[in-house]
Amino acid sequence: MRLAEAWRVALGALRANRLRSGLTMLGVVIGVAAVVVLVAIGTGAKQTVEQQVEGLGSNLLIVVPGQVSFGSAPTLSPLSLSDVEAVTRVVGDRSRVAVTVTSGERVQAGTAAKFTSVLGVLETTPQVFIRTVARGSYLTRSDVDTARRVAVLGSAVASSLFRDRDPVGQQVTIAGVRFRVIGVFAQLGQSLGIDRDDEVHIPVTTAHRLFGTGRVDGIAIKAPDRERIDELGNRVVAELARRHPDTEFSAVTQEQILGVLGDILGVLTGVLAAIAGISLLVGGVGVSNIMLVSVRERTSEIGLRKAVGARPRDIGVQFLLEAVLLTTLGGGTGMALGVAAASLVSALSPVPAAITWWALALAFGVSAAVGIIFGVVPAQRAGRLDPVVALRAE
Amino acid sequence: MTAAAGTAPAIEAVDVTRTYELDGVWVPALRGVTLTVAQGDHLAIIGPSGSGKSTLMHLLGGLDRPTSGRLVIGGRDVAGLSPAELARLRNETIGFVFQAFHLLPRTSALDNVALPLVYRGMGGAARRRQAAAMLERVGLGHRVRHRPSQLSGGEQQRVAIARALVTGPAVLLADEPTGNLDTATGAAVLALLESMNADSGVALVLVTHDREVALRARRQITMRDGVVVPPAAPRIPRQREEP
Repeated sequence: MRLAEAWRVALGALRANRLRSGLTMLGVVIGVAAVVVLVAIGTGAKQTVEQQVEGLGSNLLIVVPGQVSFGSAPTLSPLSLSDVEAVTRVVGDRSRVAVTVTSGERVQAGTAAKFTSVLGVLETTPQVFIRTVARGSYLTRSDVDTARRVAVLGSAVASSLFRDRDPVGQQVTIAGVRFRVIGVFAQLGQSLGIDRDDEVHIPVTTAHRLFGTGRVDGIAIKAPDRERIDELGNRVVAELARRHPDTEFSAVTQEQILGVLGDILGVLTGVLAAIAGISLLVGGVGVSNIMLVSVRERTSEIGLRKAVGARPRDIGVQFLLEAVLLTTLGGGTGMALGVAAASLVSALSPVPAAITWWALALAFGVSAAVGIIFGVVPAQRAGRLDPVVALRAE
Repeated sequence: MTAAAGTAPAIEAVDVTRTYELDGVWVPALRGVTLTVAQGDHLAIIGPSGSGKSTLMHLLGGLDRPTSGRLVIGGRDVAGLSPAELARLRNETIGFVFQAFHLLPRTSALDNVALPLVYRGMGGAARRRQAAAMLERVGLGHRVRHRPSQLSGGEQQRVAIARALVTGPAVLLADEPTGNLDTATGAAVLALLESMNADSGVALVLVTHDREVALRARRQITMRDGVVVPPAAPRIPRQREEP
C-alpha cells in the first residue's frame, strides 16, 4: 500500500469520529501547549538574567570578603581604601578598579524626599561598569581626592525629587548634609532584582565621612581581557589575603554568576517542562486507549482488508499513522496555542517569554514520538489479528 | 500467479486437516479433506453448520493454513508462506464474497471495489478506472458514487462481487452469498456469479447450506463432521431427505 493512500485512510478514519478524535487530541493539545508556554517562560527568564548580568559590563571581576555561594551569610567587610590602593598596584591601572560602600539614606530636595541607596564610589565607575550619564557630568578624581559634596542621581531618584526640572546644579540633602547635583544617569532598568535607577553616587571619601566609616564593601575590576581574568582574580585575592590573614576573599566573574543563575533557571525550566510533559504523557495514554477501542471497533474492517490482500504491515502502518496523525495534529494545535499564550503572557505580564525554534521542534517531535510510542501496541494488535477471527466479528 | 493456466488446478488440497485449540482442548474441524478446484470450475460445498465447510473455505481462500496435509493455491504451497506472502497470494489469486457483504461504510462503491488494488500499490487513477469498469460489468455503472448505506442488499452484494473480481482472480469463493437476500434478489446475484464464471473463466466455489443453490453448480461436495462425504450415487436421494 502506498503511504499517501495510508495517510488518506487514516485521515478518513479520524474524520469519521470527529468528536472522539477531537477529545483525544485535546489531551495532546494541552500537553504540548503547556510545554511550549512553560519552556518559553523559562527561556525568557534565563535570557533576561543573562542580559542583565552582561549589562553590568564585560570582563568584570568582583572581589568581596567571604565566600560567594548561596546560603552563606554576608561577611562584614574589613576592606579599606588602603586595600584598594594595594589592589590597584596589583592591577596596575587605577581606571580599571571600582569600589563601593553602600548605605540606605534619606535624600531630600525641597519638600520632596526619597529613601534610596547611596553609593560611595571612585570616579572610575563608568569605565568599569556600564553606566552612562544623561545630563551633567560624572564625579572626577579631584572630587574623590578632596571629598567634595557632589552627587550623581539615578534617573528614578532624579524624577521623584525634581519631577520635570533639571536637577543638575540643584541642591539635595543626604542624611542631613547638603550636596550639589552634578549629573543624572541615563535610565538602566532592573538588574537581578535591584532597581539600578534608584541610587545616588557620591565620592567614596565623602561617603566615609558621611557614614562615619572607613570600610569598602567590595571591589570591582575590569580585566583587560577574558583570558587573564582568572589569573588576575587569583593575584588580587592573594594580595588581600596577605593583608587580612583572618578573612577569606573571593573573586567572581560574570561567567560564574551566569553559570550559577543559568543552572538554577535551567533546572527550573526543566522541572516546568517535566510537569507539562506529564500531561503530554497522559494525553498519549488517551491516544493509546482510543486506538485500542478503534481496533476493536474495526475488527471486521481489518478482517476484510486482510482478505483482499492487506499484509500485517499494511494494517499496522495504517493504525500507526492514525495515532501519529492524532498526536501531530494535536501537537500542531498545541504549539499554536502555546505560542499565542506565551505572547499573551509576555505582553500582559512582566514575565518574559521567549519562543525558541528548538522548543517548538522539540514539542512537535515529542508529540509525533508520543503517537508512535502509544500507537505501536494497538497497531501491532491490529496487524496480528487473525483474518478468520476478524471476519467473524461484527 | 496462474502461470500454468488451463492445465494446473487453481487449488489443490491433499489430506488437509485443521485443528483448533479451544480452552486447552484440541478440536478437529477438518479431518483429512482432499479436493481439487480446476481452472474455471463451478462447485458447491454443502453441509450443515459445524460440518467444517467454513473452515474449508478459509483454507481454500488462503485466510488460514492447514494443521497438516498439502494445500497448493495458484501453484504455491501455503505451508511455507509467511502471513505477508499469504496476503499477497490472496490478493492475486482469490476473490471473496461474504454473506454479510463486508463493504467499508463511509466509502463509495467505487473505492470499495478498488480496495484490493490499493494493496497492489496501484495508483489512484488506474485503480478507479479498473473499479469503474468492474462496476459496469455487474450492472452498477450508475451507482459508482453511492455509499453502501445508500444501496439495497442486492446492490451491495453486486459491489462485493465487483470487488472480488477486480483483481482478475483465478477463484471466486462465495460464502453463503445469498444468505442475507430475499429469494428474487438472491437468484439474480447467483445468476451474476454464474455468468461471471461462464464468461471470464473464474472458478466459482459456492459455500452454502441451500441444496437448491448447490444443485445449480457443476458438481457438489458434501461435508459432514470435518470430512467430505463420498458422492456415491445411491446416497444422494437419502441425503435429500435430510433437513
